[in-house]
Amino acid sequence: MSIETILVFAEGDESGPSSLTLELVTAARSLAANVETFVAGDGTAMADQLGAHGASKVFSTGSLEGKLIGVHAAAALQAHIEANTPDAVFFGQTADGRDTAARLAVRIDQPVVTNNVGASIEDGNLVVEEPVFGGTQNVFTAFRNDGPALALFRPKSFEAEANGGGAAEVVRADVVDPGTAGAAEVTGRHAEERSGPQLDAAEVVVSGGRGLGQPEAYTMIDELAGLLGAASGASRAIVDAGWVPYAKQVGQTGKVVKPNVYVACGISGATQHLVGMKGSKNIIAINKDPEAPIFGVADLGIVGDVHKVIPALIEALKSR
Amino acid sequence: MKVVVCVKQIPDPALPGELDPSTNYLKRDDKLILDESDSYGVEMALQLVEAAGGGEVSLVSMAPKGEVSGLRTALAMGAEDAVLVSDDALAGSDALGTAKVLATAISAMSPDLVLAGVESSDGYTGTVPEMIAGVLDIPSITFAKQIQVEGSTVKVQRQTEAGYDDVECSMPALVSVTAGVVEPRYPSFKGIMAAKKKPVEELDLAALGIDSGVVGKNGARQETVRVTDAEERQAGEVIEDDGDAHEKIVEFLGELKVV
Repeated sequence: MSIETILVFAEGDESGPSSLTLELVTAARSLAANVETFVAGDGTAMADQLGAHGASKVFSTGSLEGKLIGVHAAAALQAHIEANTPDAVFFGQTADGRDTAARLAVRIDQPVVTNNVGASIEDGNLVVEEPVFGGTQNVFTAFRNDGPALALFRPKSFEAEANGGGAAEVVRADVVDPGTAGAAEVTGRHAEERSGPQLDAAEVVVSGGRGLGQPEAYTMIDELAGLLGAASGASRAIVDAGWVPYAKQVGQTGKVVKPNVYVACGISGATQHLVGMKGSKNIIAINKDPEAPIFGVADLGIVGDVHKVIPALIEALKSR
Repeated sequence: MKVVVCVKQIPDPALPGELDPSTNYLKRDDKLILDESDSYGVEMALQLVEAAGGGEVSLVSMAPKGEVSGLRTALAMGAEDAVLVSDDALAGSDALGTAKVLATAISAMSPDLVLAGVESSDGYTGTVPEMIAGVLDIPSITFAKQIQVEGSTVKVQRQTEAGYDDVECSMPALVSVTAGVVEPRYPSFKGIMAAKKKPVEELDLAALGIDSGVVGKNGARQETVRVTDAEERQAGEVIEDDGDAHEKIVEFLGELKVV
């Protein structure tokens, strides 16, 4: 078996495809001669950028608004795959990506490999790379199934890079009714207020953890982030404790960030957190425990009290 | 109302994990414990049954060698009974194989609602719950932060990138519960004692009528071709704060041209 066509499950909005989608299209291009994309929704607005990154086609179901899309996307993908037989389907490790891949795996009875950060072709087979034990080891898995290889990839595993292609051809994909399994309906949407740069796109990220001691202390993190033009993030511990919304969580569950500078304040550096930030170019850590694992990955480690160091740092930055 | 909660029994996450070099499977030699990610589903199920004014919370788990330690913890929280699927042929099962096994066991329990954690703490594929719903061919809602049952409808606040969505569907249905959204109760002494006598039905593949070829290593249809050590990030300078560590940070940020 060789890999000729890779289908990328493309996600995005009116403004175009997500950065993760473009990363996957770029990666797919280096592995297969033909890259196509599938949008569970209206893919028209994505055609230019998907094409510019190397996709030849955008299969688009048209709007699925009001549905929880995973099961609907999987039903449409199954029909598409049976008619077009791509060799592999790439998904982003997102909520919809996971839902869709999982439902599709059942429908076509094929395995799916999740949490990957790399892909290669070895002896004509797709081999994917998944970090385990907090990224201390990498497991390489080859697909041995007689159907498309279904793989999910974590954000920022590849660099998105345009190759100057023209707009991808938009092709209508059939919508397939999944029956009662597709009964979940979205009846309302609620957005939390957000200011400053986006966490997963920011050049500088300032994150707080349990070492802050109490929820009110998180205002220091926001203030420091504001002074540095940074996004503010958090460890899972304080998200679980309800101090800050889930959208701020950096880690294995939550966002993967790779900023120029990551400032970890009162974060011990549990595996769960390290996985989401140790790809940062520069890491500054402030923690009172000299044994904290975060110091093992920090370029500059400060053993000290966040309640003293951060206010002093804020004052110093203000007086510049 | 009958709620079935999927629970995973995992190696203690506080201990360093290890792959068995001969199989590349995660080593599960020590006692397994209840995955903390699943304690939220158990708590949510208990709260839903309390709110409904009656019903039953049952557990389902798949684990090697008849392991029940984690199940006992969830039974001590208040679940009524449990089904454990254990069979040597299950070693090396992937997410799809696991989902086929759990779905078959759940089907025989005829629940109104199936709850699961969004993802386990050890494997974290995050696909098993949705696959179970797929095998059962029932609707599902993932990433729940709040669940309410009204008649035969389940209403969920589903966590999203931007905030949350209101999502609802008819039951029977499966809902996956995000970690941290409820406070799992501590088992009382009485609960722990009672849990020792609660029924745990152990089933093997034959009892479920599942062909061993669709699960385990053969069913997974994938092969670990190699395991490598990741490049370690080198630790840099670590200094003790003596009152002016902030200056060191400003200096470093200056070198990086952030300030």
